[in-house]
Amino acid sequence: MNQLQNFTKGFFKENPILVLVLGTCPTLATTSSALNGMGMGIATTFVLIGSNVVISLLSKVIPDKVRIPAFIVIIASFVTIVDLFMQAYVPSLYEKLGIFIPLIVVNCIVLGRAEAFASKNSVLSSLIDGAGMGLGFTMALGILGAFREIVGSGAVFGYKFIKGDGILVFILAPGAFIALGYLIALINKLKRT
Amino acid sequence: MAKIESSFKNMALSLTLISLIASACLAFVYQITKGPIEASVMNKKISAIKTVIPEFNNNPDAEMFRLPTGEGDSLDIYPAKKDGNLLGFVVNTYSPSGFSGNISLMAGFKTDGTIINIAVLEQKETPGLGTKMTGPEFKDQFNDKNPAEFVLKVKKDGGQVDAITAATISSRAFCDALQRAYKTLFTGKEWNDSAVPPVPGNTSQAEPIKDNN
Repeated sequence: MNQLQNFTKGFFKENPILVLVLGTCPTLATTSSALNGMGMGIATTFVLIGSNVVISLLSKVIPDKVRIPAFIVIIASFVTIVDLFMQAYVPSLYEKLGIFIPLIVVNCIVLGRAEAFASKNSVLSSLIDGAGMGLGFTMALGILGAFREIVGSGAVFGYKFIKGDGILVFILAPGAFIALGYLIALINKLKRT
Repeated sequence: MAKIESSFKNMALSLTLISLIASACLAFVYQITKGPIEASVMNKKISAIKTVIPEFNNNPDAEMFRLPTGEGDSLDIYPAKKDGNLLGFVVNTYSPSGFSGNISLMAGFKTDGTIINIAVLEQKETPGLGTKMTGPEFKDQFNDKNPAEFVLKVKKDGGQVDAITAATISSRAFCDALQRAYKTLFTGKEWNDSAVPPVPGNTSQAEPIKDNN
């Protein structure tokens, strides 16, 4: 597999949300607007790249039997770094995402990539894999967030273009499930043709 | 390099080293972000006070004092002054009855109890519904109203407040927070221009507003 394929697989072929359906908890919770979804995606991307690189660097010196705790320590460190930086420099976004930033630690995409890819591949491919997966995740969250924001409140990225209310259910949790379901169905349809 | 064997010594050593390095990195990041985090919290507070009472020229944060709510805790109160004259108070008030979690407001009151303006500090209401409490359509209805005659309850509950459509709980919580601020600041107390504004640490002048905490 060349590096370009390695990068683009995160967007379509193995998109973590739309194809693998991993990490749906933060997906459903943070996509009430396009900006929140993308903020969450970018924070996760940073963690993915960092943890993938460090884990692939250290994979030779981590004994097999303690690899999961070692991976979790590394991932948790990156999450805390993101958490502190967001609190310091983008406090408004930090407040909106709230608990979901610390919860990136238990996002199965991050541990999944560490276990399935970074611990078995070179540093460069792991970096590219992390970036591809992270941006694919960001893209999926952005699309879902934008869709919910447009349908639910008639706005996109905070700019309102419809007067009055939208279909309110799309802003609420059930709307997240409905929107995600349709998005996955659409991707499946596109993949078959 | 061959993969390291999972012996007890290797496992303990590698985990210890990884944790040590990780905590060193975190300590470093904590150090460099500590200042900006404090500054952003402070900024938010000062800018909220500015939106509520724009004309002050003292440092309300330095003159902040606390008043007990009568419900076991206290509210932070920031006196806003211009050239030494008391303009009013900004109260950092809250309500526990938001739709999802606490809401926190900065409410500005004139010395006679009239509401000047309100800023929402923190809310976790439903996006598109309860979040409208931060918009002018809802919160500006309180401006220039005095809770002494303007009943701080939504119309459904027999008050005079126009609730947000489909967000009565959020509207109620907003009123609850305001009512708490008003009650704390004005129940049994008289504020006027000639009153010596309380200064922290100078309790002899601030007799009626002893901090019980």
